[in-house]
Amino acid sequence: MTVEGTTPNGATALGAAVPQEAAFAQEVPRGEPILEVRDLVKHFPLTEGVLFRRQVGAVKAVDGVSFQLEKGETLGIVGESGCGKSTLAKVLMNLEQATGGSVRYKGEEISRLSGSALKAVRRNIQMVFQDPYTSLNPRMTVGDIIGEPFEIHPEVAPKGDRRRAVQDLLDVVGLNPEYINRYPHQFSGGQRQRIGIARGLALKPEVIICDEPVSALDVSVQAQVINLLEQLQGEFDLSYMFIAHDLSIVRHISDRVGVMYLGKLVEIGSDLEIYDHATHPYTQALLSAVPVPDPAARESRDRIVLTGDVPSPANPPSGCRFRTRCWKARDRCAEEVPLLASPSWLRGAAFHASACHFAAERETGQGAAEREGTA
Amino acid sequence: MSTAAEAAGREREAPYEGPLLDVRDLHVEFVTRDGVARAVNGVDYSVRAGETLAVLGESGSGKSVTAQAIMGILDTPPARIPRGEIRFRGRDMLKMGKDERRRIRGRRIAMIFQDALSALNPVLSVGFQLGEMFRAHQGASRAEARAKAVELMDRVRIPAAKQRVNDYPHQFSGGMRQRIMIAMALALEPDLIIADEPTTALDVTVQAQVMDLLAELQAEYHMGLILITHDLGVVADVADKIAVMYAGRIVETAPVHDLYARPAHPYTRGLLDSIPRLDQKGQELYAIKGLPPNLLRIPPGCAFNPRCPRAQAVCRGEVPELYPVAEDDGRPLEGRGSACFFWKETLHDR
Repeated sequence: MTVEGTTPNGATALGAAVPQEAAFAQEVPRGEPILEVRDLVKHFPLTEGVLFRRQVGAVKAVDGVSFQLEKGETLGIVGESGCGKSTLAKVLMNLEQATGGSVRYKGEEISRLSGSALKAVRRNIQMVFQDPYTSLNPRMTVGDIIGEPFEIHPEVAPKGDRRRAVQDLLDVVGLNPEYINRYPHQFSGGQRQRIGIARGLALKPEVIICDEPVSALDVSVQAQVINLLEQLQGEFDLSYMFIAHDLSIVRHISDRVGVMYLGKLVEIGSDLEIYDHATHPYTQALLSAVPVPDPAARESRDRIVLTGDVPSPANPPSGCRFRTRCWKARDRCAEEVPLLASPSWLRGAAFHASACHFAAERETGQGAAEREGTA
Repeated sequence: MSTAAEAAGREREAPYEGPLLDVRDLHVEFVTRDGVARAVNGVDYSVRAGETLAVLGESGSGKSVTAQAIMGILDTPPARIPRGEIRFRGRDMLKMGKDERRRIRGRRIAMIFQDALSALNPVLSVGFQLGEMFRAHQGASRAEARAKAVELMDRVRIPAAKQRVNDYPHQFSGGMRQRIMIAMALALEPDLIIADEPTTALDVTVQAQVMDLLAELQAEYHMGLILITHDLGVVADVADKIAVMYAGRIVETAPVHDLYARPAHPYTRGLLDSIPRLDQKGQELYAIKGLPPNLLRIPPGCAFNPRCPRAQAVCRGEVPELYPVAEDDGRPLEGRGSACFFWKETLHDR
């Protein structure tokens, strides 16, 4: 599918876009990075004054985030509201201009592109939004919604073929191709999310950023959409960035998981490393707070209940941003920003990137009792 | 528990022996342009003092409408209650006059809403809104009401309550606002609290704080609690018993441990199976096929039959009642019921 889609496109591209398009048409082998994000920063200025606007500060929504997305993998990003995960998605999509740092797609810097080069990148990185009720235009038919990307990128589907292409897409996402002339309000939430996914697939992208794709859906419908996303990934060799706050769903779908807190990645690793061997206190608290759908676990649960709320991203704490709610916090945490790196004192699955001066696995009842606390 | 209540110096009538709230065969429908939407079709449930009943269901299952009917805050029209009883301490509230009902609402039964930001008035300080309860129901003076508001904010552990009493809702975080909602519900020390998705809008770490607080206060005051939610995790954490709703009916009732261990209705079973489990990584998730029904056109027979893996001809022709669930040897399972013709088979499925 990808091969078919990219070769004719590279040939038909026009003018200045040619080198860019050609670069993006390269195949990236599985397991190699397709998207590389380095020290990405997005600050929203806070201004004061009406006539003479001056900047008095900034909301540091994303503040130095680095990671790689590998071809064919699913990277889950979890975190609470306000941690910057949706802003991160927007910056990667170039819907927001990055304040600093770099985003490389297939080795090409894309965070400061414009014009036709930007258009070429956008074809390859698509997004599925959270709310299927507001992300579809109520005055457009399903056919127009899914076919709209072809207006902007006519090389993907020539005019005569578009109806067919849209019907194929409807079929791929499990909707009846005859629904092409219906309007969004005639569909349920789960079906609308399928329409959103079909639109995301229209341009045969290689990377899809899913921002809370199932959180607005009913429990019984969530599983259907998750299954669809997994099936499409296999079929079209897609790489997903899957942003969500539901930790059990993220675990199910992700190969690797990154945890964000107040604009920074605090821990990243394979699903096993994060869920079973978390070393950052915030990850541990987050995991322990998730209600477990098993009443038998009620008594045995060892929950860390954090005090207080997430501080304002306009004025984050010095040093480690989690220190105001952390039970391990020492003087050092206020002075020195912990780097996201694998702590040298940890071994095995605990050895993965964690931004904590005192990173250590959690002491639980069984087995870990004799292990000494590193803090 | 009663000692705590006495210590608080409250005057109480003698503890009521029967269920605090007893809903019987409740029907609620909405008259719309396209026809009559039957949101609640014969719901029965009851709650005793100190007990937590979780009402579990998806959007459109009628769980919130039932709660609004209990509170008496449904707009009529378009809503109407053609049949049913809502007994509070043995007396049917649907037959009470407006004034009598108002004396129960807020004072005896209080409600916590999902979205605290839209449930609070943005142009009044939280202290004023909390104090209003005392002024309206107890004729307290402004100064008294304010003092009580501070006390309440302290009780739900809002830091620096004295300084924050004059702040406005937008100045509080989501978790703090939900605490204010809880404080408001607790203000008049009601017998029963109905919490409609109290933590859905909150982040997980804050959700844990708020649920803990709610459970603690419930135990302290020995209140009945109806927790309306779609979250199987939250239910497992706090509920004593569960009523699962689908298309306006209760399809299964059970004590919390039984429901998770051995569901007796295919819908409950489907919900439990669709939770991602560790050992299923990389496999397809179990998904209930199809969509929740349109309330204007509820399928004939069992409303779940088009989505049910077990559906037979009888399911399409007859509406199953809530059958008592028993073991093979006929030993009844306490508190369990299933509205499925094949509850026995479902129960033994795993």
